Amino acid sequence: MSGFLAGLCVAVLPLLAAGFWLGRRTARPESLGGLGTPVEHATFQTLHTASLAAPPLRAGLTEETAGRSARRLRTLLGTDALCLTDQETVLAWAGVGAHHRAEIMERLGGPLETGRGEAFRLSCDEPACPLRWAVVAPLTVDERVHGALVACAPRESAVLVRAAGEVARWVSVQLELADLDQSRTRLIEAEIKALRAQISPHFIFNSLAVIASFVRTDPERARELLLEFADFTRYSFRRHGDFTTLADELHAIDHYLALVRARFGERLSVTLQIAPEVLPVALPFLCLQPLVENAVKHGLEGKTDKSHISITAQDAGAEALVVIEDNGTGMDPDRLRRILAGEVSPSGGIGLSNVDERLRQVYGDDHGLVIETAVGAGMKITARLPKYQPGVHSAGRLPRE
Amino acid sequence: MNQSYAVPAVALVVVATVLVGAFGLRISRTTSDFYVASRTVGPRLNAAAISGEYLSAASFLGIAGLVLVQGPDMLWYPVGYTAGYLVLLLFVAAPLRRSGAYTLPDFAEARLGSGAVRRLAGAFVVGVGWLYLLPQLQGAGLTLAVLTDAPDWFGGVLVAVVVVATVAAGGMRSITFVQAFQYWLKLTALLVPALFLVLAWQAHGAPRDAFDEPATFREQRVVRVDDTLDLKLSRPLGVTATGSVDGRRYEGERVELPAGVHHIERGARLTFTKGDPVPVADRGSNGGMSTSLAAGREERPLYATYGLILATFLGTMGLPHVVVRFYTSPHGVAARRTTVAVLGLIGAFYLLPPVYGALGRLYAPELSLIGNADAAVLLLPDRMIGGVGADLLGALVAGGAFAAFLSTASGLTMAVAGVLTQDVLPARGVRHFRLGTVLAMAVPLAASVLVGGLPVADAVGLAFAVSASSFCPLLVLGIWWRRLTPPGAAAGMLIGGGSALVAVGATMAGYPGTGSLHALLAWPALWSVPLGFVTMMLVSLATPGRVPAGTAAILARFHLPEELAGAQVRAAVSAKEVGA
Repeated sequence: MSGFLAGLCVAVLPLLAAGFWLGRRTARPESLGGLGTPVEHATFQTLHTASLAAPPLRAGLTEETAGRSARRLRTLLGTDALCLTDQETVLAWAGVGAHHRAEIMERLGGPLETGRGEAFRLSCDEPACPLRWAVVAPLTVDERVHGALVACAPRESAVLVRAAGEVARWVSVQLELADLDQSRTRLIEAEIKALRAQISPHFIFNSLAVIASFVRTDPERARELLLEFADFTRYSFRRHGDFTTLADELHAIDHYLALVRARFGERLSVTLQIAPEVLPVALPFLCLQPLVENAVKHGLEGKTDKSHISITAQDAGAEALVVIEDNGTGMDPDRLRRILAGEVSPSGGIGLSNVDERLRQVYGDDHGLVIETAVGAGMKITARLPKYQPGVHSAGRLPRE
Repeated sequence: MNQSYAVPAVALVVVATVLVGAFGLRISRTTSDFYVASRTVGPRLNAAAISGEYLSAASFLGIAGLVLVQGPDMLWYPVGYTAGYLVLLLFVAAPLRRSGAYTLPDFAEARLGSGAVRRLAGAFVVGVGWLYLLPQLQGAGLTLAVLTDAPDWFGGVLVAVVVVATVAAGGMRSITFVQAFQYWLKLTALLVPALFLVLAWQAHGAPRDAFDEPATFREQRVVRVDDTLDLKLSRPLGVTATGSVDGRRYEGERVELPAGVHHIERGARLTFTKGDPVPVADRGSNGGMSTSLAAGREERPLYATYGLILATFLGTMGLPHVVVRFYTSPHGVAARRTTVAVLGLIGAFYLLPPVYGALGRLYAPELSLIGNADAAVLLLPDRMIGGVGADLLGALVAGGAFAAFLSTASGLTMAVAGVLTQDVLPARGVRHFRLGTVLAMAVPLAASVLVGGLPVADAVGLAFAVSASSFCPLLVLGIWWRRLTPPGAAAGMLIGGGSALVAVGATMAGYPGTGSLHALLAWPALWSVPLGFVTMMLVSLATPGRVPAGTAAILARFHLPEELAGAQVRAAVSAKEVGA
């Protein structure tokens, strides 16, 4: 019997949990009935309708968003018909009398030109059609007319003109916000573009110098290095997609290290430890190479003896853990904090803070770089890369055999 | 069994697993092997890893046990377990990989863009994982009990402790190598003894009456009854009994039992002579032991067979520990090649358990009487060969069995712990992953002590049924049907998977249903899978406004090869914008 009960519990518990969770999600405070005076009630209603009309408009003025908000706006104004237009066409018509579309577009030329509101009489052959007057209120963003809100009513009314003007101004604010959203997205995109793929000019210069030094003594080696250089630059200059796979990034690091080693020879040793499970992980393009470059720089800076760099990629459940460690000069933690906060620019390039910022942008603030360092104690950089993140897909590449 | 060989063998497997897991990483110190170190896992290695993770106690012990008890009907089990990968290959493997999802909740989010559906899928992953872990722990308990006379719960606790310790400590750093190693270990552990057993069988004159009904004793055999049971005799039978039979005590006397039901008290010893038919044990309601599902099958054999086939064919794609392994493939084509290789590897493995089952019917038929049929694989070497050679072979089989528990249990624990950490427990971090690991193992461990023993293959079948009714509709419709909506997916999973879960819970609790109701509950897949599909489709059709915005682009990415996808997805998106 106890077995029966236990089994029943095992079966019922998940269902109960699911039911509880569904209940929590669907239960929303709905009633406003007992709240305040009729005037306050009406205010709430109006604000509620307005708040419902806002979200679609935040995506900009298109046929789809206009269609969804026009219905709400008509309720808000209480007119028989309402339409939203852009410069050329009627985007959405809510209510009766859609046959006036063409006529309204003809008469809109003036208001769209001047940006001033207007009311005009509609000519209609249909006796049953209630629309006799149209009130036009232009929608302006940054003082440029984007379209118009047209409210149609049976008679001319100063109240309607005023109300339509106010609603149009409110819609304009929403459209301005949409514009702001768009420019913010563009800004982020531009930032990512600016952040990505900056191989340091020093590296190009040094590599070419090293290759030049081999051209006479060891032409074969020089040729190999040139090919490495070509591969690396092709990778870092490629333009499609913002993401790559860990395997590709490691190959780029390989090319990079080959060039660095040609320059420093035996002074630099590298250990690589990779769990093959994490190689397909998608990650922002060129976000580990700068860390390795940083390790090389710190490892060899002000030292004459050997420097060691280790690169590990571990499988950690739903994440990949990439650790890059060097035994170099390290850095004062306070200075590092200021560099990451963008307060001071480090001597060579924008490596660490750039990578940190990109990781935070893509994976959220709890996936920034974790750096352990002290003066003279080397540096250990840990990056946690989720195996799956919505929107992160490595750009297509040919299967490599 | 001789403990002095088996215990070191089990210990060796545990140690080897931990060592390969901890140190099996590719390490390179020079540039020249940089390429080797950063090479993605090839289809063959990944296939061995998937097979190693997939072949659980149910495959290693359970199938032989079922064939022993019930005869060749049970060959549907290995067929179903293998054919599941065929369905996976045809409908799911490549698109799932291209979706970029690591776990099933990831897939739900990638396809439907809904956090709610993601959490629901996570709940089902945990449910299926726990259901699947349960028989692993029970199988481990059984194995250790047979090998060393340890109490039943000890083996389960041992596996749980080893798995939690290695997973929580981050010891499974190279899980692909561990699992691939486990596959070859399991194959060897069944193949080598099987060769010797077949040779012994040849030496005994190759008797061919393995599947005669009823099974008969080949030699005089003393059977000790550990649990009180009722014997059903269809014909009168004479045995020598020591202990209590039908309420009378005997001391090594000859008893002639007439046809009918006889009550044997625990502790009794019955001696059967050569050529006696093996009587059928009727355990009734004492603990819902191996006969509970079997009885249902006898009453509704055709229904039960179809239920089993549907559950195993469609359930494989929703097993959380199998799905995460496909992420290791570098691209969709590799995922498909991997699945083909898995079909080969698993197919080869599944040739062996039926051999043990058939030989068990010949040489150890009394196991079905004392409800210990799952131990057939472990006991056969001793029974057929004897001597030191048998002890060594027995130790090899025991080691293989432990590899089966460890690999499947660690894979499942990691999958369940990952979902618990990501979607259930509040904040993130290593500490929570450890907490998740403990939680992932604690619940099935407690359940394995509380809920009595189902035959392991049957218990795994129940996990397959839940997976088939919840994740199969989600994956198949998610990949192949553009009108799927988040409410539809949630409703389908809840109703299909939820009803299967309730049926499974009732069965495992030993719900004393009779006849057709019992069969319906014991083999839910035949009604719960269509229920899940129909619900998902109807609710989706009823909520056309909720089709996720980027569906066309997402499906294009699922179905186009990676090198084309970039350009095509952009084209699909712009086409959609023009259309809107």
